[in-house]
Amino acid sequence: MARRLITFMLAALSAAAVVTYPASPGAQQAPAADPPVETQQVAYGRALAVIGDCEGCHDRPGGPPLAGGLPLNTPFGVIYSANITPDRETGIGTWTADDFWNALHRGVRANGAKLYPAFPYPYFTHVTREESDALYAYFRTVAPVSYRPPANKLPFPFNIRFLVTFWNMLNFKEDTAPTTGPTRGEHIVRGLGHCGACHTPKTLLGGDKTGHELEGGKLDNWFAPALTGDVRAGLGAWPAAAIAEYLKTGRNAHANASGPMGDVVAHSTSQMSGADVAAIATYLKSQTARLEPTPPATLDPKVMASGQAIYVDQCAACHAVDGKAAPTYFPPLPGAAVTQSRDPTTVIRFILSGTQTVATDARPTPLSMPSFAWKLDDAQVAAVATYVRNSWGNSAPAVSPGDVARLRRKVAAKPVQKPSARI
Amino acid sequence: MATRLPAVDAVLIGFGWTGAIMAQELTEAGLNVLALERGEWRDTPTDFAPTFAQDELRYYWRHELFQRLNHDTLTIRNKASETALPMRRLGSFLLGSGVGGAGVHWNGQVWRFLPSDLKARSHNLERYGKKAVPDDMTIQDYGVSYEDLEPYYDKFEYLCGVSGKAGNLKGVIQAGGDPFEGPRAREYPNPPLDMPYAPTLFGQAAAGLGRHPFPHPAANMSRPYTNPLGVQLGACTYCGFCEKYACGNYSKASAQTTILPVLMRKKNFTLKTNSEVVKINLSADGKTATGVTYIDDKGQEFEQPAELVVLSAYILHNVRLLLLSGIGKPYDPATGEGVVGRNYAYQITSSVNVFFDDKILNPFVGAGALGTIVNDFNGDNFDHSGLGFIGGGYVGLLQTGARPIETHNTPDGVPKWGAAWKAALARDYLKTTTISTHGAVMSHRGNYLDLDPTYKDALGRPLLRMTFDFTDNEHKMSDYLTDRAAEIGRAMGGREIKVNYRKGSWDVVPYQTTHNTGGAIMGDDPRTSFTNRYLQSWDVPNLFVLGATAFPQNAGYNPTGTVAALAYHAADAIKTRYLKAPQQSLVQA
Repeated sequence: MARRLITFMLAALSAAAVVTYPASPGAQQAPAADPPVETQQVAYGRALAVIGDCEGCHDRPGGPPLAGGLPLNTPFGVIYSANITPDRETGIGTWTADDFWNALHRGVRANGAKLYPAFPYPYFTHVTREESDALYAYFRTVAPVSYRPPANKLPFPFNIRFLVTFWNMLNFKEDTAPTTGPTRGEHIVRGLGHCGACHTPKTLLGGDKTGHELEGGKLDNWFAPALTGDVRAGLGAWPAAAIAEYLKTGRNAHANASGPMGDVVAHSTSQMSGADVAAIATYLKSQTARLEPTPPATLDPKVMASGQAIYVDQCAACHAVDGKAAPTYFPPLPGAAVTQSRDPTTVIRFILSGTQTVATDARPTPLSMPSFAWKLDDAQVAAVATYVRNSWGNSAPAVSPGDVARLRRKVAAKPVQKPSARI
Repeated sequence: MATRLPAVDAVLIGFGWTGAIMAQELTEAGLNVLALERGEWRDTPTDFAPTFAQDELRYYWRHELFQRLNHDTLTIRNKASETALPMRRLGSFLLGSGVGGAGVHWNGQVWRFLPSDLKARSHNLERYGKKAVPDDMTIQDYGVSYEDLEPYYDKFEYLCGVSGKAGNLKGVIQAGGDPFEGPRAREYPNPPLDMPYAPTLFGQAAAGLGRHPFPHPAANMSRPYTNPLGVQLGACTYCGFCEKYACGNYSKASAQTTILPVLMRKKNFTLKTNSEVVKINLSADGKTATGVTYIDDKGQEFEQPAELVVLSAYILHNVRLLLLSGIGKPYDPATGEGVVGRNYAYQITSSVNVFFDDKILNPFVGAGALGTIVNDFNGDNFDHSGLGFIGGGYVGLLQTGARPIETHNTPDGVPKWGAAWKAALARDYLKTTTISTHGAVMSHRGNYLDLDPTYKDALGRPLLRMTFDFTDNEHKMSDYLTDRAAEIGRAMGGREIKVNYRKGSWDVVPYQTTHNTGGAIMGDDPRTSFTNRYLQSWDVPNLFVLGATAFPQNAGYNPTGTVAALAYHAADAIKTRYLKAPQQSLVQA
């Protein structure tokens, strides 16, 4: 999402520009003349690349497809995604199908060096050899681009690739099972779809917390809500059909996809087959409710009164006084997982930076929430966040002005709209 | 030296309502379409978010959404014997600029013209005889009928999600709607907006006088709406900032909120902003448009070849670009010959303030097209025998929102400033409402547009010159409407009323209405019209000119519904007929 907005803002601010639209980076391209006929394997590989959301990391804003160079902000430093076009010098043009399989399956590059786990091989290890070969065949058909991404900005000791060996000992288990797993949904969610990369909490070393799969995770100043069966902070209240609708259209009666999930919907889930999103939904609905219950928040009545006043003035135009909003247009707040997650990062971030619902073919309108960073101070944001987390039946820990200040320092420099008047 | 660019199937000049409609239709037909917009890219979250969209100082008084007159304006005079002077500040009308055009800051008032409006000349001659249309009144028939346009009116109303109540469904009059309207095929897509107190009182008073009140059809959403293109609009919050403002809540139809989310995703559509077309280029024989020349904001010049050229800027810019490009014969008021600049018209407005002592009206609650209307005195809905004028207008109580800097109605006898003024304003602000009249302007031989001989724009091109004044017909008609409004005002039962007639010559300073029309009108005869009934140039068949530019005279209704219907009508003809035989006239003269 953030990088889409950057693309969009550059287009908006630069003069005499061909205008690109949110979530539509290809809008200015002329229609392709005669697309070459794809083999069945290449078409399969292309569909798998959609499931894996390869573009999500390997396209940089305004850059050619799959040429890499997108900065990934990890807790350990900045890692730039690789060029995976078949360019022989700067891409993977010299790789064999075996090399490709080793990268996916074992996290090892063609030259034998360890890949950093920002490339999610702990998930991709579940990809079958047949799938790997199809992906490889597809990537061979992409236009080769000569582009070398910037060097990673990793401080010592994370700049020593060899240390990944020890990380792997603790955090990585190569999949040696010959089959694709019990169900299609599980195969996608735990494998190529790498949902846990965001939605599973991480250890201090950045590995998945054992035994806490899909219980919600924090990454790059976002909190990805739990995908468990929990009613408040997970998907417990969503029927399977609603999950599928969300993945396919970017919105449903419960929530609108925006932020990094908006990108995932744009490039991956909205383009998956109906059968695949249904399979994902079925698998996610099989997840039990298992989050530790949060104790009822201790609420300061003054803060709640202040939060309510701010809410009615600033938020109710879209979300309505009763929070019920207009589902699929503006998301309802009662029952919302983003609102009630134990970690308030995302709800604070929405208030500070604003956000934009993903545009999909089914639902093309990028309905947006504006930035309030310039309008509300830390205590005001904290009050209104605390209010929406604890009204209309919602319950979640209070947000402190300090929580807001910390996040503001990291994200508020990127408002969604033009900051000042022309005159 | 202009850089020559690769050709496109169609180039659109200007990207407001008509440009967006035509781009959507032509890309659906598979054409590779380029839109050139001289202003900036603008969209809801980036440029008019609800955190700052309701900023009266920034947007209305400092004109942020409007055309910058230091770049390009026009010169104004009331009659040909005067020397025209440049309009250096926007007043009577508020020209748009940028993506979405003036359709970003409109009210959302969506009307259909009456069937008789579209044949104003033949209808009035038939009903009232030759004397009803004086020699200098150059009104004409449109060349299209209401029946021709009905499906396209309908299409626009569903695109916009108009909130309203039908008054005539397939010829059957409907309770609660406008009984005077032409028959419509189906009900409006959304129910009327919730009616505030003052328009409710107006409706009761009007009904008591035997009039036929009904809710104004509004492109302000009475509920969340998904249009036929799949684009989503939110419900209106009645914030009172439509007119002169952009909507921050996706609740007012505009190109941005109804078409662009779909159009901008298409691979066969390209929009270039900050790109000002300076000329439509013609072939050596002058019978074919070869494309356009445009300049970006760095001063670089480009030649853009195109098979089809669509002029879709605001009417004043359309007419000027035709004159600057040497297309069509300029109109000469001395001889009455020529077609470019001919039949410029406008509208005439007036108002009646009603002051109450005992009723809190909360006038700040508002929406652009929120109110109660009577059409009993619009068009030819009433007998004009012996009245000395033709045409009419609506009388209505529109509660568009009483923005604090702009809204300070005080009764007669109150000083214009000082302590007494403040006291009256404080006493009356919540208890005052305003009835408005919105009347037609007929075309007149002496009202026209041409190029100014003296003043030039930032690029060194002559400014457009407007020669316009109200005639006796307009004043008689407006006074008649104002008297009818005053009757209803009195019947509303307030403490007092104040009647504001429109007297004297047209004045460019006070805001009246951005409903300029004509200048390259449609019709059946190439000697008296610039385009045929499909908005296709008679002289240059691969040039189409959209917008109110085509109106032979103005009606008593807001023009956008008809502007859009004519654009859809033209688009349909291009898709179904023109593209099968390009470069050919769709009508044989």
